[in-house]
Amino acid sequence: MSLNPSPEETPGLRRRFIISSLLVVGIFFVLALRLWYLQILGVDHYRNLSERNRIRHVAIRAPRGAIFDRHGILLVDNRPAFTVSALRQGVDDRKQLFSRLGGLLEIDNEQLEERWQAGQGLPRYRPLPLLEDVGRQAMEKVQENSVDLPGIMVEVKPLRDYPFGEMAAHLFGYLGEVTEDELRQSAYSSYHSGEMVGKTALERMFEEKLRGTAGQKRIEVNVRGRELRQLTTRNPLPGQRLYLTIDARLQQAAETALTDKAGAVVVLDVNNGEVLAFVSKPTFDPAWFARGVSGDEWRELINNPRHPMTNKVLRGQYPPGSTFKMVVALAALETGSVTPSTTFQCNGIFKLGKSYEYRCWKKRGHGTVDLHKAIKESCDVWFYQAGLETGIDQIASAAQRFGLGKKTGFLFGGERSGLIPTRSWKKKRFGTSWYNGETVITSIGQGFVLATPLQLASMTAAIANGGTVWKPQIVQKIVNLEGDADWLLTPEKLIETAWSEKSLQAVRGAMESVVNDVGGTAWRSQLKNVRFAGKTGTAQVVKRKSDEEGEQAKDDEVIPYQYRDHALFVSYAPADKPQIAVAVVVEHGGHGSSAAAPVAKAVYEAYFANTTVNNDTVRKVASGD
Amino acid sequence: MFDRRLITHFNWIYLLLILLISAIGIANMFSATSSWTTAVQPVYIKQLYWLGLGVLIVALVCVFDYRHLEYLSFSLYGGNLLLLVLVLAIGKTSMGATRWISLAGFNVQPSEIMEIVIIIALARYLSETEHLRGFSLRELIIPGLILGVPALLIMKQPDLGTALLVLCIGGTMALFAGIRRSSLLFLAASGLAAVGGGWFLLHDYQKRRILTFLDPERDPLGAGYHIIQSKIAVGSGGFKGLGFMKGTQSQLSFLPERHTDFAFSVFAEEWGLAGCLLLLGLYCLIVLWGLHIALRSNDRFGMYLAIGVSAMLFWHIVVNLGMVIGLLPVVGVPLPLFSYGGTSMITTMTGIGILMNVELRRFMF
Repeated sequence: MSLNPSPEETPGLRRRFIISSLLVVGIFFVLALRLWYLQILGVDHYRNLSERNRIRHVAIRAPRGAIFDRHGILLVDNRPAFTVSALRQGVDDRKQLFSRLGGLLEIDNEQLEERWQAGQGLPRYRPLPLLEDVGRQAMEKVQENSVDLPGIMVEVKPLRDYPFGEMAAHLFGYLGEVTEDELRQSAYSSYHSGEMVGKTALERMFEEKLRGTAGQKRIEVNVRGRELRQLTTRNPLPGQRLYLTIDARLQQAAETALTDKAGAVVVLDVNNGEVLAFVSKPTFDPAWFARGVSGDEWRELINNPRHPMTNKVLRGQYPPGSTFKMVVALAALETGSVTPSTTFQCNGIFKLGKSYEYRCWKKRGHGTVDLHKAIKESCDVWFYQAGLETGIDQIASAAQRFGLGKKTGFLFGGERSGLIPTRSWKKKRFGTSWYNGETVITSIGQGFVLATPLQLASMTAAIANGGTVWKPQIVQKIVNLEGDADWLLTPEKLIETAWSEKSLQAVRGAMESVVNDVGGTAWRSQLKNVRFAGKTGTAQVVKRKSDEEGEQAKDDEVIPYQYRDHALFVSYAPADKPQIAVAVVVEHGGHGSSAAAPVAKAVYEAYFANTTVNNDTVRKVASGD
Repeated sequence: MFDRRLITHFNWIYLLLILLISAIGIANMFSATSSWTTAVQPVYIKQLYWLGLGVLIVALVCVFDYRHLEYLSFSLYGGNLLLLVLVLAIGKTSMGATRWISLAGFNVQPSEIMEIVIIIALARYLSETEHLRGFSLRELIIPGLILGVPALLIMKQPDLGTALLVLCIGGTMALFAGIRRSSLLFLAASGLAAVGGGWFLLHDYQKRRILTFLDPERDPLGAGYHIIQSKIAVGSGGFKGLGFMKGTQSQLSFLPERHTDFAFSVFAEEWGLAGCLLLLGLYCLIVLWGLHIALRSNDRFGMYLAIGVSAMLFWHIVVNLGMVIGLLPVVGVPLPLFSYGGTSMITTMTGIGILMNVELRRFMF
């Protein structure tokens, strides 16, 4: 029992209760006011922030346009690649996570840690790639164990795929991540860092068309960044399809025939300049670049003495050697300095004045030689004399009319122009006048003369078609998403020369003999079902005392690789009604007849394998003409 | 032996209000934790058990006349002080703070118990000491010590939130008993000075919390994260809310501690201003009713008990809500009946039991 009176009856206390009740109500009112401020006035602002929390815009990469050969065979495609990435908000215990993931995929934890550290520069909301292109099996393992791998996700991206492996890699070029420098350029303004772009060749030339349009999905994520559901999706539009003039069969045949040798092969349609095969060896694997080339791999490619990264079709400049003799012959015939029946005596050596001697490759000499024999057996002495009588000006002029010494204007940059020496060129370059001795060696395609494999093919095609140099073209058509051709190839004449039929006949006939008659320098490469015409060439890399064929063969074993001769062979087929021209250069391959001609033969075998052999040719083969 | 009047005079409506708030809290907890996949019992079920225990405690506390507490008050207080000292000596440390000790197999948080015991102890002291013109400074020394010693011990743990609450509860009770105006002014001035001086005594994380409260954006992923995410959740609720289990901030786990200290944010996001005002009204009602019970109590001890319990409820609600809606810094104070936690439930229900007890005995002489 308390002696105190009830608080209700104490007026002072009563007042305190009223005041405190009012205070309570007042403070609750402040809370309500604050709620009104947040929930009514601020609702738009906070809903917006809430959206930004949970909704993420993710770009969906567009598959790059596929590349096909002239018959629609798929050369370059895309395949889904699975990347194991980490969502950094979702990773709590990295050590444990990596040891689990490493154990699951049998990968060293250190490697994961390295990638993790390397990726810290990425924006935090972006998944950090740990393992690229892991393969379907590994992807499934990760998916199955996703509960034990918090913060780990698998991304699918389209990755460039090359069904033919390294084939025609120089033609396609390669991809690489867009660089910081590129991103600053206006041409790349629509790109995001991390995106792949064409760096060389076709991939670069047609970047805009091949790229496609990225899609976007809006996804709802939780606080750990894990995707919960897709809200909207805008599908990506794949890039346009590229149809090349390349014939995969020929390309493959040429690459196989070259084996592991360094060099180049070009096959042209003689009637329009379409490129049917484009081989530069050794080559690289474009798949390395698609997935991201490592530093070691890059150094290996760059330091390789045989230059796998150089496109030898366009950038390889070689002395044409004897393959230049057709040009000299036509120059001589057209200027009238010789006729097809003009003979010279070859005893293995040619004397210019008293002190200069030029040897024929055949030490014993060829005896009495006319133009036909001079080409068929590749007599140097005949050409020394014919060239000397024709003069460098006429030779250079003829060479230029075959497109030599000048870029063909091929699609990609980086093409070299080769070199056709003239008097004025020499004056400018060396400040000295032209010597006759230089005319002599120019006549057999040595000295200053240089040509790219593409130029040699183009030249041969012009001999075959009667004098037209077509611009070599590689893209047949570009097909957009609707299936319509956005662009179609139109043949383009670069030079048209009206050589006299008589001169052409003489040269062509001799070229046919080179392959098809006993004693021709390439007769071992003749084909039964098709007669092709050609000319071997052996280009000296360094001067040597003797070029005798027999000795040469022996020497192959002891001469260091880099001093060995380049082997060349230019040709076209069928001999009577030419369709394609093939130029082959085998670097340090030795002789044109033994190293280069068989490669051309393989191309013709592939080309004529499924064509019904034309009656004309059959008759000729049968009659042993 | 059992007095029928215990049933007939019991304030059933008040209990119903308490149960209503608890039910809303449990439903809210169900929503907040629905994304959890856990093999053990879901928290809302556990909270139901705690509620059951809470109701039992109310009943138990009501059976005995609260006036027995008057005799026990100082022993309870002394015992609790001992426990607080023990916590500092042998307590369990988790997340940088030592708050728990093991007693007979139970984990006990003596600082929470102190919230109730301080009410009882001060109620006894204040009911026995009356000064017509209010307490002078010298007369405030003893109640100041009664309040200050445990508060300091709790602050040492450190448990700033609870220490603050103990001070608020005790302060409210003392204020109610009456303090001279001059003394009050002096206290206010020295209080301000203490805030300035106390800044240097605060732990780094406590300083950070206060700084980030003033400007959450200075550390949006760290200490400011809680406030920012909570304000987003509350604000995006709008008037009608996003609907039960549809709040993205909570369902997608952007909101931290959403079943404990930030349970109200979940509710605000899903039920909007309409729901919040209703809940606010309920809370306001139980506090006012508590004051009403104090006013109508039979004796001073009962009055101070009821004032203390009302103050406890009031400060818990205000500090928690103030934190959640960005009016006050983040201090870990649970919302009574709404945040998950056994300790909070037991202290709240003990307080409510005392309140009911005081009201019951009004009719029972």
